[in-house]
Amino acid sequence: MNAAAEGSGRRAALRDGVLAAAGVPALVLITGYLGFGALAAGNGLSLPGTVLSTLLLWALPGQLILVEMHTLGAPFALVLLTVMFSAVRFLPMTVVLMPLLREARERPLHYYAAAQFLSMSGWAWTMTRFPDMAPERRLPYFLGFAGTLMLAATLATAAGFVGGDLLPKLAKLAMVFMSPMYFLLLMTGEARQLMARLSLLCGAVAGPLLHLVAPHASVLAGGLIGGTVAYGVHRAWRNRSARLGAR
Amino acid sequence: MSELVNEYLLLTLACGAGTYLWRGLGVAVSSRIRPESELFAWVGCVAFAMIAGLISRILFLPSGALEVTSLWQRLLGAAAALAVYYLISRRNLFAGVLAGGAAMYALLLLQH
Repeated sequence: MNAAAEGSGRRAALRDGVLAAAGVPALVLITGYLGFGALAAGNGLSLPGTVLSTLLLWALPGQLILVEMHTLGAPFALVLLTVMFSAVRFLPMTVVLMPLLREARERPLHYYAAAQFLSMSGWAWTMTRFPDMAPERRLPYFLGFAGTLMLAATLATAAGFVGGDLLPKLAKLAMVFMSPMYFLLLMTGEARQLMARLSLLCGAVAGPLLHLVAPHASVLAGGLIGGTVAYGVHRAWRNRSARLGAR
Repeated sequence: MSELVNEYLLLTLACGAGTYLWRGLGVAVSSRIRPESELFAWVGCVAFAMIAGLISRILFLPSGALEVTSLWQRLLGAAAALAVYYLISRRNLFAGVLAGGAAMYALLLLQH
């Protein structure tokens, strides 16, 4: 393929990514980020920091942890540690995505840039489509898709923050309430595997209980305790059914 | 107040860098580790439990703006969101979240 045709092929892939994102995927994220913006405004935080968190963290769970823990007055290092723990999942996600992107042999810098755009929704979407896509189309498609999502989410964060501030008090509260509702539906809807359901249940019990004892450390400690119990129960149950099966 | 805002900005920068660390590390080591290992299964459980715990804490013991709402309002709002999401709209996230917000608004109006 000559250089001009390759360039237009890349532009077409980028455009396809933008068009694929500008629909249900963007609407789902907008729903989450509108509520997040309103919640941050309701907690009395600043607009620039809140919008910046969407661009820099690009992970709504981490952003919610940051906003809630900071509002409770948790120490800087503990907030950072908790947010970082919630973000470890990006390591295996990137590891799984990279071989599919790398088939086209782009410059390494492009992959490090693409990693910042990776989110759970962009990952799930592209992972199912990449195997049927020509390798050289994948990176521009991914950047078009994920870039559109990030733009929509950034605008929604600002709109939720400003909108929440402008609305009358009761309407603002309703908008703030949309943020936990987004996670409630997203998590219960996505948790199809037993291990994920156990983690949800154990975390939902451990979080509020630990909040009564140690409010600043409750997200991290509740996650470690609830997640470890869920992992242990699932593992014991799996080993037991494996033994019964082998008998 | 301005000191608080500055700490929030610094914290956002630090958390952004801390999150990118995992992303960048994933690019660097992608050919050398197994993503389906038991360690990552455990990490996934902890991450899920963390956010579940935070959401359940916001529902039962909210801080910030939702402090002025009462527990029964939040639980009824959540019930409305779950009902619309699972029973009425065939898992339409937008409809479910909107229903939760609308129910909360109606319940707050009733009270005032």
